[in-house]
Amino acid sequence: MKNVDIRNVSRRDPEPLVQVQKNELKPLPGQLEQGDGPAFTALNPQTMEKCECGLDGTCALNLPKPKSREEEDALVKKFLSGVEKLFTKENNWTFLQPLLLTMEHCTRCQTCSDSCHIYEASGRNEVYRPTFRSEILRRVYFKHVKQGGALSRLQHGDIELNWPMVARLAELAYRCNLCRRCAQTCPIGADNALVAHELRKVFSMEMGISAKEIHDNGSMKQLKVGSSTGMNPAAVKDNIEFIDEEMSEKTGLEIHTPWDVEGAEYLVLHNAGEILAWPENPGAFAVILNAAGVSWTMSSELVGYDSINYGLWYDDAQFARVALKHAQAAKNLKVKKILIGECGHAHKALSVIADRLLSGELNIPRESSMTVLRDIVASGKLKLDPSRNNFPVTLHDPCNLVRLMGVVEPQREILRQIAPQFREMEPHGVHNYCCGGGSGFAIMSPNNFTDWRFQISGRKKLEQVMTAFGDCLDPSIPKYVCAPCSNCKGQMRDLFSYWNLWDKHQILYGGLVELIVNAMTDVKPGFLEWAWH
Amino acid sequence: MWVRKYRGERMTELVFLLIYAGVLVFVVGCVRRVLQYSRTPLHLRWELYPVPHEAPERVKHGGSYFEEGEYWKKERHTNLAGELSFMIPEMLLLKGLWEFNRKLWYRSFPFHFGLYLLIGAAVLSGIGAMLGGFAFGAALFAVARCCAWSGLVLAALGGTALFWRRLTDPELRNYTNLGDLVNVGAFALACALVILGSLTGVLMPLGAFARALFTFDTSVKLPAMVSAGLMLGSVILGYIPYTHMAHFVAKYFTYHEVRWDDTPNNAKIAARVAEYLTYRPTWLAPHIGADGLRTWADVATTNPTVAPEVRK
Repeated sequence: MKNVDIRNVSRRDPEPLVQVQKNELKPLPGQLEQGDGPAFTALNPQTMEKCECGLDGTCALNLPKPKSREEEDALVKKFLSGVEKLFTKENNWTFLQPLLLTMEHCTRCQTCSDSCHIYEASGRNEVYRPTFRSEILRRVYFKHVKQGGALSRLQHGDIELNWPMVARLAELAYRCNLCRRCAQTCPIGADNALVAHELRKVFSMEMGISAKEIHDNGSMKQLKVGSSTGMNPAAVKDNIEFIDEEMSEKTGLEIHTPWDVEGAEYLVLHNAGEILAWPENPGAFAVILNAAGVSWTMSSELVGYDSINYGLWYDDAQFARVALKHAQAAKNLKVKKILIGECGHAHKALSVIADRLLSGELNIPRESSMTVLRDIVASGKLKLDPSRNNFPVTLHDPCNLVRLMGVVEPQREILRQIAPQFREMEPHGVHNYCCGGGSGFAIMSPNNFTDWRFQISGRKKLEQVMTAFGDCLDPSIPKYVCAPCSNCKGQMRDLFSYWNLWDKHQILYGGLVELIVNAMTDVKPGFLEWAWH
Repeated sequence: MWVRKYRGERMTELVFLLIYAGVLVFVVGCVRRVLQYSRTPLHLRWELYPVPHEAPERVKHGGSYFEEGEYWKKERHTNLAGELSFMIPEMLLLKGLWEFNRKLWYRSFPFHFGLYLLIGAAVLSGIGAMLGGFAFGAALFAVARCCAWSGLVLAALGGTALFWRRLTDPELRNYTNLGDLVNVGAFALACALVILGSLTGVLMPLGAFARALFTFDTSVKLPAMVSAGLMLGSVILGYIPYTHMAHFVAKYFTYHEVRWDDTPNNAKIAARVAEYLTYRPTWLAPHIGADGLRTWADVATTNPTVAPEVRK
């Protein structure tokens, strides 16, 4: 355990608060090796000169260094005004109550620490403790928002509010996957992941500071062209047409994706990243829905064909804007329901978080693809041959879908039916561990941040996967990690590649629908391609 | 000067007044907390599974109604028995701590359970005092005495153990302020003073003390250490609601209104949210487009990537 005095976050020297070394990290499973030395590739000297990198030797935000003390002071002032707004109902009615409860009642007993995969994987590095960033905000809250005097400081502690502290806190807000596993263990019900979420909001909504990948190239691009992938409606239709052709050839079935069908039963919302990175996933959906005789459509309306909603992770306004556009697209098509594809955060965004924003005609029922697929499989409409999936399969539980939405069993019911060698990871279900790519990390790769993702935030999932396949690690046995979430798949693709799991152990990752189609007897055998992609 | 004035017989008067004040300030503080949290706007859903009021077959694996096809057409399950089966062991036995932080449970459980016993003793004594000379009242005092003694011992031991942990555990260094030490230390000290005072002084029957307290009969004599313990305890009692120690209030909200609040949108919720959408945010980042005049509804329906003239 590396102890760092919390007051050092205000330290002015340019050295990072901590330098993470490989030998301090949680040991890897036996089959994987790791040498000594720094855990991350050294940051580019130019980045270090120009950007705030004072936390831990990596840099997620590329936050420019202020040029003068006056500029620093102005930024600190802005940060403080943002923090004050967090505690007003006019600015933060969305999360004021849970935030207040956490700020005022966390006993700082550290029960949550051991539940955090990042803290554990880092070898219990103090800065990654779930309470570390919360404690900084708490001290700012009691001192500056509640204007506490000397007595308050004895009760709540003190902290120097200066630019180095604010800059470090900005980075710290992006060292949490927002998986809320810590909140599950809190005896009081405090929620340190919420604190990270709220801090991200201060930085984005007041200071205009956020991760480029989730703001500029994420929600802003989605609102501008329709998708964070950059696909406009014409491009997405082209790509889907191509996928339909591929799928028709691959399956031997005639596959056609319907567009803008008014009055359809379902508007299907895919994470558009699937269309480009894993086309077999939307393709497999089309195969299943058509084979089951479901009435469905996709929408070519702006934003209506990309289920992502990155605002969920950092900005309430961006979140609301995208959620409303999703609902509006469904309303315009007069569909009966929205079917959310294999994307965890899209599930939670539209089904749970946006629920209270979508009233009247916009309150169109949202249904999880896990549930719909379970019902299709159970109905017997698809002829399935489980022996086509006779290889070891394990299931990753996307946090947003499982712990934060309670969709746990449908995907398991399917796997038990179609995958004879299905085995669970431990722990699983609502007590799962995040893949390490949650809250936007899967798409973030500035500087050496990917090292942090693979060495620290993804380490626990790596251990879980290796353990789940512990009895069959031999590379002659192909193995499949079923991850019904686009962001989780993105993290697994990069994580497995970094640790060479495909070459060493033939461990592949993919979605649930691919396994279902692979088992369909009406489909040509070999839908699942055992090749790294 | 005032110390001298209140020495001797008048010490009891001071003890009683402090107890009354402590209880009053405690109640006022707790009510204030409840009002503070219950007056905050209804937040966006932020539930965390497992949610124990779900249907029993789903609680087992932590599932939600989202697992059901067309769940919105079905009657919503709210299973009070499920909630109670979670809440009772959590409140009485600190089940969560037992599960996730066993080392702390060994310290925290005796402390909290000791406090419960002391509350039980106070309630029983109060009822006994009201019943006056009835035999049932005497029996209540006997039970109350057992509760009080075991409560004092457990709270003193648990409080001392928590104090020691705060003082010595390097994991807590960043998260321990003087206030934290005072909080648990004062509890332990108050209990210890009452125990020592009762053991070394002339022990007054609990029933007589309760009756005197109820009737403000200040002629009763209390051992000095007991008086000190009671006065310190009263001060702590009044101080609790103004610190994080009011988590017994907070816990209702964190569980029922955050973790377990899975209520789907309905007319009542929609009406409340409609009001919040008229609030005028003042966030400064340009992409928000908040100027203190535009409402949340305006902000949420604005596309920041479209030029203002096009937006209109």
